[in-house]
Amino acid sequence: MKGRDLAELAGRNLREAFLRNSLTTIGICVGVASLVAMLSLGVGLQDLAADRLARTGLFDAIFVTPRSAAAAYRGTVGAGSGSAQPPKPLDEQARHQMATLPNVVEVYPDIRFPIEIHYAGNSYATVAAGVAPSARKDGAFDGMRGSFFSSPDAAETILQIDLARQLSDNPDALVGRELTLRYAEREPLPPDPASSKSAPDGFSIVPKDKDLRIVGIVETEPAGGIGSLGRGRLLLPLQLAETLRTARANDLRDLLRDSPSQHSYESLTVRVNDPPRVKAVEDSIKQMGFTAFSLLDASKSLSLVFTVFDLFLGIFGSLALVVASLGIINTLVMAILERRREIGILKALGASDTDVRSLFFVEAGAMGSLGGVLGVLLGWLIGYGINFGTNVYLKGRNLPSIQVTAVPWWMVVAAIAFSIVVSLAAGIYPASRAARLDPVEALRYE
Amino acid sequence: MTNPTPIAIRSDRVSRHYQMGEALVHAVDDVSIEIRAGEFIALLGSSGSGKSTLLNLMAGLDRPTSGRIFAEGRNLAEMRSEELAKHRSHTIGIVFQAFNLLPRMTLEENVELPLRLAEVDREERRARVREAIERVRLTARLTHRPSELSGGEQQRTALARALVNRPSILLADEPTGNLDSVTGDQILRLLQEINETGVTIVMVTHERPRAASFSRRIVVMSDGKITSDGGSA
Repeated sequence: MKGRDLAELAGRNLREAFLRNSLTTIGICVGVASLVAMLSLGVGLQDLAADRLARTGLFDAIFVTPRSAAAAYRGTVGAGSGSAQPPKPLDEQARHQMATLPNVVEVYPDIRFPIEIHYAGNSYATVAAGVAPSARKDGAFDGMRGSFFSSPDAAETILQIDLARQLSDNPDALVGRELTLRYAEREPLPPDPASSKSAPDGFSIVPKDKDLRIVGIVETEPAGGIGSLGRGRLLLPLQLAETLRTARANDLRDLLRDSPSQHSYESLTVRVNDPPRVKAVEDSIKQMGFTAFSLLDASKSLSLVFTVFDLFLGIFGSLALVVASLGIINTLVMAILERRREIGILKALGASDTDVRSLFFVEAGAMGSLGGVLGVLLGWLIGYGINFGTNVYLKGRNLPSIQVTAVPWWMVVAAIAFSIVVSLAAGIYPASRAARLDPVEALRYE
Repeated sequence: MTNPTPIAIRSDRVSRHYQMGEALVHAVDDVSIEIRAGEFIALLGSSGSGKSTLLNLMAGLDRPTSGRIFAEGRNLAEMRSEELAKHRSHTIGIVFQAFNLLPRMTLEENVELPLRLAEVDREERRARVREAIERVRLTARLTHRPSELSGGEQQRTALARALVNRPSILLADEPTGNLDSVTGDQILRLLQEINETGVTIVMVTHERPRAASFSRRIVVMSDGKITSDGGSA
């Protein structure tokens, strides 16, 4: 029988037992909806976690420090030289080398220093931190009041909300105002005329003031890298922070080196364009003679956890579809009993076993397709409801909205395909039974 | 010298036995018969004589336990299930005592059904359905369902359905069994008209007078065997 005729006859048969076939289709729909809702929750939570983690800047970042002197010494003893080499300095040259490595987006130091703020006649002691341009995508800046820095070296600042509350009872009103930052600047000493060295032998520390315009207020400080310890409450553009030449702990180490005028970093953060490439960059940095650390392994574990989570959600969701498939078997077996004589007539008129089998398959497939499409729609609606409810709850607690469910296109296609496959599988037994019916026996059936 | 009329159906020592509990029923027992193209045969016999079973074997609805049965030269006993379906679709037309129309289809749709199964094009289908319905004079009832038709009209519809694929052999199993005598005669006259167009007709009946009036050869069966062959009107 031609496909169109098969479809017409199947459609007619499905319409004739409308209530029963509708109930069976609804069963499939509920099964698919349960599967889609469960999986959409799993995928949504995974996306949410991945997005949040990506926004922390932790999973595409490598934290680089100089090797400790002890480690360097162990290395040389092992090599048989017998003399300890000083650790390779993490200086401007090293920073430049790292910046030229493939897939490296940005290399920046962790700049954090104590400051005093002067605002409206009052002084406040706190910690300032430099913020790299790439931090603009950081989750900490989601829903910030005001805006991000207008340029990497703008004389602008973003305040953490706790500090802003200290400065003013109405923190929002601070945006656009100016404050004065007092910090300790490292000022090189003039060269000693008695010394043969042209470079200065040391530095003095002097207080300096810098006027800054407040451009934004954030709830939390961006992570800024793995090695960041302590919280910076006043954020500066990183380039500006670097030009301030603030006194830092590493300055004392620089003073003891042969070339004290050459500034080195305590640590650097290397950002990579894609988390899977972190490992290769990390290895290159280690080969350059530095200590490097990333959270990639933690990311892999997280991915594994979510894969298992999705698997279990999928299994629970599929159970409903299995129950629905039993409904299909029941409906079609009942249809065989009711249509026994009709099958006999069809065979007497020239229908082959294949025609009869196909007819039942098309009916099962039609119920599966329709149930699958409706199920995806219902599953999406359930997901939408979960999202809506979650966001109403979060809004009530003054928290930013999130997306906890997601129905990607592959899930739509897979759920409908799965529904059709399960329906066809459920139709195998009834269809084969119908095809095997003896026409003489079937025609005798009353 | 003229060519002999070709054989439409031939059974060669064909038997059909059923196991009914402990007993073995010999529904058709060692039956050999030749039916020539264009014949109108009445298979006569009492209930349980095996005439309907023999008809089912000729239709390819059933398979013989032993022996051979040929339709237009092809041995039905050796055909695969799909080939038998084609045989029923293209060579044979069947009419039943109980009409066996599909109740939720209209007259037109019932008649069209064998053409769908035979994968005939839609355009041609429409023309052949009209032609078959005109032949049984039911043009005015195209959109009626079987429940809206009289017994005679239902049997005429079944006849149109049997003829729509233009079979060379028409098998009728008690076609007048559910009809009053007037309507029954009308159906038999229709069968005669069809036979006059060259279609071989094998009709199962238990009414000897009717068989004698309308068929040209009477074959009598009893206990699965042919007891008499050749009596005619």
